[in-house]
Parts: sequence; C-alpha cells; structure tokens
Amino acid sequence: MQALYAQLLVGLINGSFYALLSLGLAVIFGMLNIINFAHGALYMMGAFVAYFLLNLGGISYWWALLLAPVIVGIFGMILERTMLQWLTGLDHLYGLLLTFGIALIVQGVFQNYFGSSGLPYAIPDQLKGGMNLGFMFLPIYRGWVVIFSLVVCIATWFLIEKTRLGAYLRAATENPTLVRAFGINVPRMITLTYGLGVGLAALAGVLSAPINQVRPLMGADLIIVVFAVVVIGGMGSIMGSIITGFALGVIEGLTKYFYPEASNTVVFVLMVLVLLVKPTGLTGKAA
Amino acid sequence: MPETATADAPAKTAAGGNILQVRNLEAWYGESHILHGINFDVNAGEVVTLLGRNGAGKTTTLKSIMGIIGKRAGSVKFNNQEIIRATSDKIARLGIAFCPEERGIFSSLDVRENLLLPPVVREGGLPLEQIFDLFPNLKERLNSQGTKLSGGEQQMLAIARILRTGASFLMLDEPTEGLAPVIIQQIGHTIARLKKEGFTILLVEQNFRFASTVADRYYVVEHGKIIDGFSNAELAANMDKLHAYLGV
Repeated sequence: MQALYAQLLVGLINGSFYALLSLGLAVIFGMLNIINFAHGALYMMGAFVAYFLLNLGGISYWWALLLAPVIVGIFGMILERTMLQWLTGLDHLYGLLLTFGIALIVQGVFQNYFGSSGLPYAIPDQLKGGMNLGFMFLPIYRGWVVIFSLVVCIATWFLIEKTRLGAYLRAATENPTLVRAFGINVPRMITLTYGLGVGLAALAGVLSAPINQVRPLMGADLIIVVFAVVVIGGMGSIMGSIITGFALGVIEGLTKYFYPEASNTVVFVLMVLVLLVKPTGLTGKAA
Repeated sequence: MPETATADAPAKTAAGGNILQVRNLEAWYGESHILHGINFDVNAGEVVTLLGRNGAGKTTTLKSIMGIIGKRAGSVKFNNQEIIRATSDKIARLGIAFCPEERGIFSSLDVRENLLLPPVVREGGLPLEQIFDLFPNLKERLNSQGTKLSGGEQQMLAIARILRTGASFLMLDEPTEGLAPVIIQQIGHTIARLKKEGFTILLVEQNFRFASTVADRYYVVEHGKIIDGFSNAELAANMDKLHAYLGV
C-alpha cells in the first residue's frame, strides 16, 4: 500500500509540472495562436537561471521562484517581439517550426556549455525532511511543489476568468481587432501574455530543479508528454489544462503501480482515445 | 451623373464646429482598392449618415477612420488632429468609438463583462445607471452570456458599452440590420436621445427610412466615393435621386 501512495505522490508531482506547463501553453495558444514548442527549453532555462542565481549570485531558492520566471519571461517577450509577432495570421505550422527551432538552439547552447549530465540543486533548508502521515512518508519539498503549483494554477485561472485584465485577454482571443479599437494596446498585451506563459514554464523549472536536477534536455523529455496533456485537455482551455495536467499525472502514477510497463505510454494511449472520441479535447470547443 | 459632394462643398446644416474632416481617403483590402478618395465632414453634435448599396464602401470608410484597415491613404482629422497613420487603440483614446456591423459581442464574456470591457478613455461617459435607463433589458441580463442575448439586445449592448467610455464621437455601423421594427424604433429613440446628450454620431445605414428619423445630413457612397450629399431638410426633394442611388 505504501508503494501505491508513493506512486500517487509521484503522479501528483508530475501532474503539477504538467499542469503548470500545459497552462502556459494554453494561455499562449489562446492569445497568440502559436503552438509553443520552445516551452520545454524555457522550462529548462528556468531551472538553469535558479542554478546560476544560487551558484553565481548566492541568491536563494525563494528569490529564484520570483526572479527566474521574470528573467525567462523577459527573454520570452524579446522572442515574441523580435520573431513570433511576425507570424500573426500565418498557418500554425510556421509557429511550430519556429519555436521548435528556437528550442533546438537554446538546448544546443546549454548542452554545449554544460553537457548532458545533471547539475545538483539543493532543496532549501526550510523544505528539507519529511512527515510521517501514518499511511505514507511525505517528503516536505514534494508536498510543497504540489500545493504551490495548485495555488499558482488557481491564481492564473482566477486572473484570466475573473478579472478585468482576464476579460481583455479572453476578448482579444476572440476578436483582437475590435478589442484594439476599444483603446486597448493588444500587441503589448500579446507580448505580456507570452511573457506570462513562459514565466509559468520557468517557475515549473525552478520547482523541478531540486527534484530532477538541472539538465539541458530536461524540457525536451517532458514537453512531448505536456503536449499530449494539452491535446487531451483541449487546446486553449485554461481549466482543462489544469485539471488534465493533475489527472494525467495521477493516472501515470497509478499505472506505474498497477502495470509499470505501460506507464510511459498511458498518456499517449489516452490522447489517441480522446482524439478519436472528442477531437477538440475534453474541455475544448470546436473552432 | 450627380454632383459630387466634396470637402469644399459639404452638405449644409452644421450643428457645431467641425469635429471630423475626411479628405481623399483611400483604402485597400490586400490588392483590392476599395475607397477611391472619400471626402466629407462631420460637425459637433450632428448625426451624419452614410447611405449606399451593399459593397459601396460605407463600412470600409468607418473602419478606415477607426484605423482598422491596414492600408489607407489620404487625410482623416479628428478635432484638427491627423489620425490617418494612428493605430486603432490610439484613435479610440482620442474619443472615437466604433460599434461594428456584426456587433462584436464576445461569447466568452457575460453581459456585464462585455459592457465594462472598453476602457474609459476620457471623462464624460454615461454612468451605468443612465445606460440602464436607456437599455433596461441589459440590467436584467447582466449575468447572461453575451451571445445568448437576442439580436436586439446584442445591438443595445454593443451601443451601450461604447457610451461609458467617454468617447464623444460614435460610429454606428448598420445598427438596425436584421432587427424587428419595434427594436429599430427603440434604437432610433436611443440615437435621438444620445444626440440630445451632445454625442456626435456617424451612422452607416441602408435603411434610409430609419436614417431619416435621426439624421441631420446624408452622404451617398458609391464605388468607394461620396457621390452626393444633402441635409435632412432636402431629403424630400432628393428622394427620386436617392431611390436611384440605392436601387429601391
């Protein structure tokens, strides 16, 4: 039974990363109509920025949680201003190819300087150790990752669904020309939205650093699963991304316990089934 | 061939100072040249109507003034400020509001969010109580999804939301299209009331019977040009010409 709970926890942690990353992808797709293949590389950059901040600047994990998303978010906004903005109105394929190219370049640069092996990033002192819950042993850092990710996801959902700024974003997703004619600077809003989506990826990278180590290809390994999550949840759906992210993490964890051989493929099997039954994803709407 | 109303000979019955001056306005959709040198003026406090057949260039004229059409040339001056090269968000912030033909109600927003979406660009917008006084239906449907409203209610919402922004110059594109006569009458009363409140309105209409109940002046658009212009007082005398222009 202990092993089942342990796999459930692993599933929830993976689900946290899936949710944060697919949420960022959903926000970016909704607003920019771009399938951001660079997301995994930007997640990796988040972890590396945290590593640099700690090892070069002595800046702690707690500050890295704030600074890494901001720094990588600014990098993302520069990418949007200099490259992605020119793709407006073009077929999705162009955005996919461009961001895939950016991902390869970013990963290649980091691999050139840091190799492929992982760099250690210590768990902060305040989150070391664990708790015996009676039915399982819970490492505090892992519990923190799940709760913090959930809070960030809900805060992002609230921002988009319940605030004036979110109303601008949703309206601009539907009809950017009219929203701009109301006096709202839509191009700036698009840039900031890309920064927000990228910042979420970087935040996931910082959270992941103490668990998975810091590796140039850490995002490449994850991003394919995250895209499957997004497809299952429904492209562009905010709540769909969050719920599907956590749910698929748990399903993956349970599969590891009950039928380990299928744990790496279960998400893709589900994706195929969802595409067959509901091609727009579980919470997605038809175009 | 009817006489062309030009900037040098605008139609009469000016109600106030010149607020909008359009000169040699040209616009393109891709390679298609749609406007071929539009000239007209709107004075403060007036309701001016652009009449014309489908595809004449009326909507494109409004969109060009609003900065929505990418490729345009000529001159558009609002309060003596040149705006031909300005982006639409900057134009809106000068006090010009646009209500599109397709109404532009956002399906992902409820009525309250749709109503509060356009930011207040300057002082002098109508407070919500006054807007609900004009459109009582909206108050009862605040939590409904915007696109679940009837066509008439959606049109009211589309007009209502630009009234709170403080814009003094409203451009309404075919506000009566597809609406029942009783709703058209209500829209007419609203436009008349807005005129009394001091708004300046540029209206695009195919329904000149409706337009005649609210407009001070008319311009007729054909093939991307203004081909005629007259005041409401001259409407009866121009009725035959108007029928010929509009093909009715």
